[in-house]
Amino acid sequence: MKPMLVLVSVDSNSVLLGAKHFVNYLKDLIGKYGLQDTVDVLETGTMGVYTQGVVMAIFPDDVYYSVRSTEDVEKIVTEHLLKGRSVLSLEIPKDRLKLVVEKEKVSAETRIVLRNVGSIDPRSIDEYIARDGYFALHKVLSEMRPQQVLECVKASGLRGRGGAGFPTGLKWEFTAKVQADQKYVVCNADEGEPGTFKDRLIMEGDPHSVIEAMTICGYAVGATKGYIYIRGEYYGSVDNIQKAIKDAYEYGFLGKDIMGSGFDFDLTVRLGAGAYICGEETALLESIEGKSGRPRLKPPYPPTNGLFGKPTVINNVETFANIPQIILNGPEWFKSFGTAGSPGTKVYSLVGNVVRRGIVEVPMGTTVRDLIYRFGGGLVGGKDLYMVQTGGTAGTFIGIDKLDAPLDYDSFKNYGVSIGSGVILAMSDEVCPVDVALNTMQFFAHESCGKCTPCREGTRLAVQILERMSKGQGKLEDLETLKQIAYVTQEASLCGLGQSINVPLLSIVENFRNDFIEHLKASSCPHGVCEFIKIQKSKVKT
Amino acid sequence: MPDLCTTGERLLNELDNYISSIGAKPDKLISVLQKAQELFGYLSVEVQQHIADALDIPVSQVYGVVTFYNFFSTKPKGKVQIKVCLGTACYVKGGDRVFERFLEELGTKPEEPTKDGHFFIHPVRCLGACSMAPVVLVGEKDFYGRVKPDMVPRIIEKYKEVK
Repeated sequence: MKPMLVLVSVDSNSVLLGAKHFVNYLKDLIGKYGLQDTVDVLETGTMGVYTQGVVMAIFPDDVYYSVRSTEDVEKIVTEHLLKGRSVLSLEIPKDRLKLVVEKEKVSAETRIVLRNVGSIDPRSIDEYIARDGYFALHKVLSEMRPQQVLECVKASGLRGRGGAGFPTGLKWEFTAKVQADQKYVVCNADEGEPGTFKDRLIMEGDPHSVIEAMTICGYAVGATKGYIYIRGEYYGSVDNIQKAIKDAYEYGFLGKDIMGSGFDFDLTVRLGAGAYICGEETALLESIEGKSGRPRLKPPYPPTNGLFGKPTVINNVETFANIPQIILNGPEWFKSFGTAGSPGTKVYSLVGNVVRRGIVEVPMGTTVRDLIYRFGGGLVGGKDLYMVQTGGTAGTFIGIDKLDAPLDYDSFKNYGVSIGSGVILAMSDEVCPVDVALNTMQFFAHESCGKCTPCREGTRLAVQILERMSKGQGKLEDLETLKQIAYVTQEASLCGLGQSINVPLLSIVENFRNDFIEHLKASSCPHGVCEFIKIQKSKVKT
Repeated sequence: MPDLCTTGERLLNELDNYISSIGAKPDKLISVLQKAQELFGYLSVEVQQHIADALDIPVSQVYGVVTFYNFFSTKPKGKVQIKVCLGTACYVKGGDRVFERFLEELGTKPEEPTKDGHFFIHPVRCLGACSMAPVVLVGEKDFYGRVKPDMVPRIIEKYKEVK
């Protein structure tokens, strides 16, 4: 071990700020100044500190820097590493670190899924193993029968984290029960819900947890082949997952006769090609088969008739990432987190006008208010909260009267607040509900695959009506028509995309009815967003 | 000046090598199209026909898949691809104003190359970097976060010389 260590936070946010580039530059400089025997550079995931730059920590000095340019990197090397003087101008004040990192972030967060993210080098299988990685797989293969694995997952009460919340153990059991010559395990990593980037962080920060879980699932249900379907835009995720798969093969955790158990499992990565609908499970299967991603008619469901017509388990990245810890610590441990109906934790993407935008993992049942104010630090500039989108674009829009709803898989039924894929998008009154509704419906109209009429035409019609309203040309009947569209698409659409359009549409029209009414009456948009265009009434000739 | 014909042949050769490396099966169609687009920049009718023959599937099926996915294009897309995110998180942070500024600065329309064929603007929905909203992605890897309309000319300037 070298005397000095520089940890660089490389997560999806810092990558955008040039973290990779800075790491390479840092290594070059260390070579140039002949420091390669004294200084080690390690990349890690997020450190839970949010600044305007890339966070670099120097140990044993325990100094944290916020780096924004290559000049900053150079300063740190020539001043700190070479001469031992801290660069005060770049240093993140200690009080801020202690306050943000320990009191508000780490102590309050409960990390199961993200336990390794930011603590290990995601590209090193050894570091994953050092944190009990692949211990669960070993336990399963050496001590447990497939049926026992199923019982364990079932008893944990884990529910699918992709949004629908279907009990994971039950899904696995359906597939396990079917006799077939080939079964598959598929990981849905086509994270396309606007506002969500949790799966990306898991895959970039702890890729082995997903691989280990999929192998365990394969053993439990009798599948020998797996696919991870990743969004084409997620270059970093693809890179890290592919490296992790390669290493797992080398260590004998994938491939033939895993850990001498006689169990075989192969894993392949498939890339998406830019279609939101492919997040729908049967559309995703079609896409893996090389076809257009149009959803299939259900039933039959994937657990019995899935990929290439064979029984298939499909789970979200976050769902899988829970599995190794459940196996190691037992279902009772898992149930000690969260609520009775939804045990465990949930990873949220905090976005919009909150102070600390980013990812947090907290127990199920945490309220929207806590997420925005305790973890998100409230709104930028101390502005007033006006509207929150929860769960993603297919989730709900709520006003401040519903902030105390505890979020879990029953909160939509009980409070009309959807947990979905874990988006919390906070908005001040500088945004206009009509405009946001229009943006949301334009999204669905664009992403509707066109296979079934209610979804294709319903979304198009909703866009037309909302466009009229945002120009100040709406009518009172339009509100009723919007509601009708919502009901019909929900009832008559083929897949989850069309069936869930009613959730955002109804929630925004009902919770912000006053804003819609004002757009019908007022001469300008009350939020100053929409541009009204008045129709010239044709003059009647006399 | 390279002979275009031989360049085309060389690329087709490279594509064939890729196809045989992963196995010429119909379920590999999307992977093959991704490779072809990477090589040619877009998917012409000729390339689609070539892929249909190689995988032994009807060209209509290839065309169906090409036109279904946003990622594929049947027309040349320009050298520099600029994706501006209009997903909800970016939209409420002013992504639409950034998008309009790009169109204004380059004097072009969405999904159409600029007159010199250099730039191409895509409106996209969510690049999975919502905490950095609004987000712009140039090419495949250059991310710009917290973009304000006034930053647009500087971003464009950086890519004017790209060959």
